[in-house]
Amino acid sequence: MSDNITDIDVSSLQPAMEEPLMTGYEQPVFRLEEMIINMGPQHPSTHGVLRLVVHLDGELVINVDPVIGYLHRGMEKLAENRTYLQFLSMASRLDYLSGIFMEWPYVMCIEKLMEIEVPPRAEYLRVIVGELNRIISHHMSYGDFLLNLGAGTPFFWAFRDRETVMDMLEMLTGQRMMYNYMRIGGVRYDMTDGFEEACRRFIKDFPPKIDEYEKLVTDNEIFLSRTLGLGAITPEEALDYGLSGPNIRATGIPWDLRRQQHYSVYDDFDFEIPLGRNGDSFDRYKCRIEEMRQSLRIIEQALDGIPGGPVNVKMPPVLRPPAGEVFCAVESPRGEWADYLVSDGGLRPYRLKMRDPSFVAISALPRILPGHKIADVIGIGGSLDLIMGGVDR
Amino acid sequence: MTVVTFIIHFVLIFILALGIMVLSALIFPFAMRRIWGFIGDRYGPNRVGPQGLLQPFADGLKLFIKEDITPSKANRVLFAMAPAITFITPMLTVMVIPFSPGFTIANLNVGLLYLVAVGSFSILGLLLAGWASHNKYSLLGGLRSVAQMVSYEIPLILNIIIIGMLVGSLSLDDVVGSQGKVWYIAVQPLAFLVFLIAGMAELNRTPFDLPEAESELVSGYMTEYGGLRFALFAAFIEWGEVAVWSMATSALFLGGWRGPFGGNAGWLVLKVLVMAFFVIWVYATFPRLQVDQLMAFAWKVLIPISLVNLGATGLFIILMPDNFLLPIAAFSWVSVVLLVALFPGLLRKALLRKRLRQMENFKLETTEA
Repeated sequence: MSDNITDIDVSSLQPAMEEPLMTGYEQPVFRLEEMIINMGPQHPSTHGVLRLVVHLDGELVINVDPVIGYLHRGMEKLAENRTYLQFLSMASRLDYLSGIFMEWPYVMCIEKLMEIEVPPRAEYLRVIVGELNRIISHHMSYGDFLLNLGAGTPFFWAFRDRETVMDMLEMLTGQRMMYNYMRIGGVRYDMTDGFEEACRRFIKDFPPKIDEYEKLVTDNEIFLSRTLGLGAITPEEALDYGLSGPNIRATGIPWDLRRQQHYSVYDDFDFEIPLGRNGDSFDRYKCRIEEMRQSLRIIEQALDGIPGGPVNVKMPPVLRPPAGEVFCAVESPRGEWADYLVSDGGLRPYRLKMRDPSFVAISALPRILPGHKIADVIGIGGSLDLIMGGVDR
Repeated sequence: MTVVTFIIHFVLIFILALGIMVLSALIFPFAMRRIWGFIGDRYGPNRVGPQGLLQPFADGLKLFIKEDITPSKANRVLFAMAPAITFITPMLTVMVIPFSPGFTIANLNVGLLYLVAVGSFSILGLLLAGWASHNKYSLLGGLRSVAQMVSYEIPLILNIIIIGMLVGSLSLDDVVGSQGKVWYIAVQPLAFLVFLIAGMAELNRTPFDLPEAESELVSGYMTEYGGLRFALFAAFIEWGEVAVWSMATSALFLGGWRGPFGGNAGWLVLKVLVMAFFVIWVYATFPRLQVDQLMAFAWKVLIPISLVNLGATGLFIILMPDNFLLPIAAFSWVSVVLLVALFPGLLRKALLRKRLRQMENFKLETTEA
C-alpha cells in the first residue's frame, strides 16, 4: 500500500457493477410537477439537525440541498479564547459519538509543536481507548442505519452491546461519552483494576454478537434490496469529494491513516483493512461491521503487548507551545479527522481549524442522491454515517 | 321484527364490534411493545401497573387530554371525517365473521365478496387523511397507501376466490362449516402464504409499512393528527384491522372457531392472538421495503403465483369434481416446497434484478505491518 493517496491507481478499481451506477436524475418525457420537501432539521432520522431540501418528482429525487449550521457552537472560535488545556475538555463534544478522536489529533498537534515524546504505555492506552470508541461509534452507525431502513431491533441490540463498551470506557476514563482522557504528553489515568479483565471478556464475547448482527441483517433480501447498488459512488468521485474512512474504503481505495500515516503505535499491530468494491450502501455497511472485528484484534494485541512505565510526562504548569503551525490527522470511525493548529507562542491557540469527515460526506450528498427514491435519502444518509456535532462544530 | 328489537340488535352488534376494536387497541399495542422489547433484549413498558399492564390506559389518558389540533390550512371536514371512515371499516367487516357455531352477526351468502368490498373501503379514509392534512409527508403517505393497498388487494381477492371455489359458496359460515375434516391451510398452503403476505401489506404492517414509514415520512398520513384522532389511527384502526384480518384469515384457512374439544369462540380468539403475534414478530425482524420493490413484489411474484394457483385449483375441480381436495393439496404442497426451496432466488430476482452478484466482492486487504 502506498503512503500517499495520490499514488493510488484508481483506474484499477473500476466497480464491478453490472448495472451502471446511478448518475443522477434523468428528466423523463412527461415531467410531473416538482415537489419540494424539507427533511429536517426536525425529522425522525436526520442524525441530529441536518436539513435536506429535497426536490421530488413523485417519489424520485431530482436534487438535494443540504443545509447545515443548526448545531453551530463556534467551537473553533472558542478554542482561540481558551488555553490549550481548557479546550481539551471541549474537543470530545464535537463529534459526540467518537470523542476520543477529537482529542487525539489536538494533543498530537501540541506534542508535535512542543516536541514531546509520549511514553509508549500512554500510546498503547490511546490505541485501546480509541479502538473501543471506534466500536461504539460503529454500533451506533449500524443501529441507526438499520433504523432508517425501518428495522428497529438491530438498534436495540447494538445499544445493548454499546452499553458494555461504554461501561468499560467509564472504568478507564471516568466518562461514558465525553472522555477528556487525552493529555498533552500522555493520557490522564492508567488502567484501572478490572479494566483488562472486562476488556478481555468483551473481546471473547463480542464476535458472536457481530455474527448475530450479520445473521439478522446482512443476508436479508429486503436489506439487500435497500442497499446493494444504492448510493454508489465511484473511486474517482470519492477522491474528488475527499471522502474518507469507511466511505472511501467502500469504493475499494485502500486508504486508512492508521496504516498510511504510521501515527501512534499502529505499526505494532497486525490488522486488516476491509475494502468494498462498489462504493454503495452495502459496502459501507459491511466495511463498518468488519472494522469492528479488526478493532477487537487491535485491542487484544495492545492488551497483550502493553509496556510498563508512566502514562504521562511531566508538563510545565503553563503551556506555551512555540510559534508555528502544525497539522495532524487521525483515522476516526467516520474518516479522517484532522486538526490544523497555529500557535503564536502565546497561552492560547492562534487558530484551530478542524476537518470533519462527515462534513465532506454531506457535500457529496447532492452528487449521490439524485435519481434515488425518497426513502433512500434516509437510507443512504444513514450509510454515510453523518454526525452533525462534528459538521457544525 | 319490530323497531324495538331492531334497535336492541343494532346496539348489541355495535357494542360487539366496538368492543373488538377497543380490546385490540388495548391489548395489541401493549403486547407489541413488550414482545418487541423481548426480541430487542430489553424490558419494554413495565412500570405502570403489574408488568406494565395498565400502560395502555395511561397512554389512552395521555392522548385523551391532549389538545385536538387541526392544521390551519387543512380541509376541516375531510380531516375530521378520515379517521371516522377508516374506523368504521373493520367494524363493518366484523359483521360476516363466524364467531362460534351458529353465531354470525350477518350470515350473508356473499360474505367473501362483502369482506373484500368493505375491507378496501379504508383506503378512502387514508387517502382523505393524507390529502386533507395539507402536509407533504401526509400526502406522500396517503398516495403510497393507495398504491400499495390497491396492488395487494388483487392477490388477496384471487386467494379468496380459491377458497370460494373449494367451498362452492361465498358465505363465510359455509367456509368454516366445510372445514370440519381438514382446515384449508392443509389443502391450500400456497394460497395461505400468499394471503398472509398480501394481508400484511394490506394492513400496512412491516415490512410493508411504507405509508407510515416513520424514518422517511415522519408518520405518513397521520402526521398531522394528534390526541384522540391519532389514537384512533395508531391504536384502534391499525390493530383493530389486524384483529379483524386475523379473524378473516382464521375463518378462511384455519378453521375459524373450530378446534379440539368442540368448537367455540375461544379458539378463534386464540388464533387471532397467534396471528397478531406473528405480525409483531415480523415487525421486530425485518427492515422496510422500497416503494418500487413493493409494487414489483405484488405484481411480479404474488399475482402470478395466485393466478397459477387459481387456474390449477379450477382445473382440478373440473377434472375431479367428486374428490378434488387431495390433488389440490398435493399440487399446493409441492409448489410450496418448490417455492421455499427456490424462495431466496425468486425473491432476490424480483427485488434485486441485476444487482445481485455484488455481494461477493467484499474483501479484506491484508496490510504489511
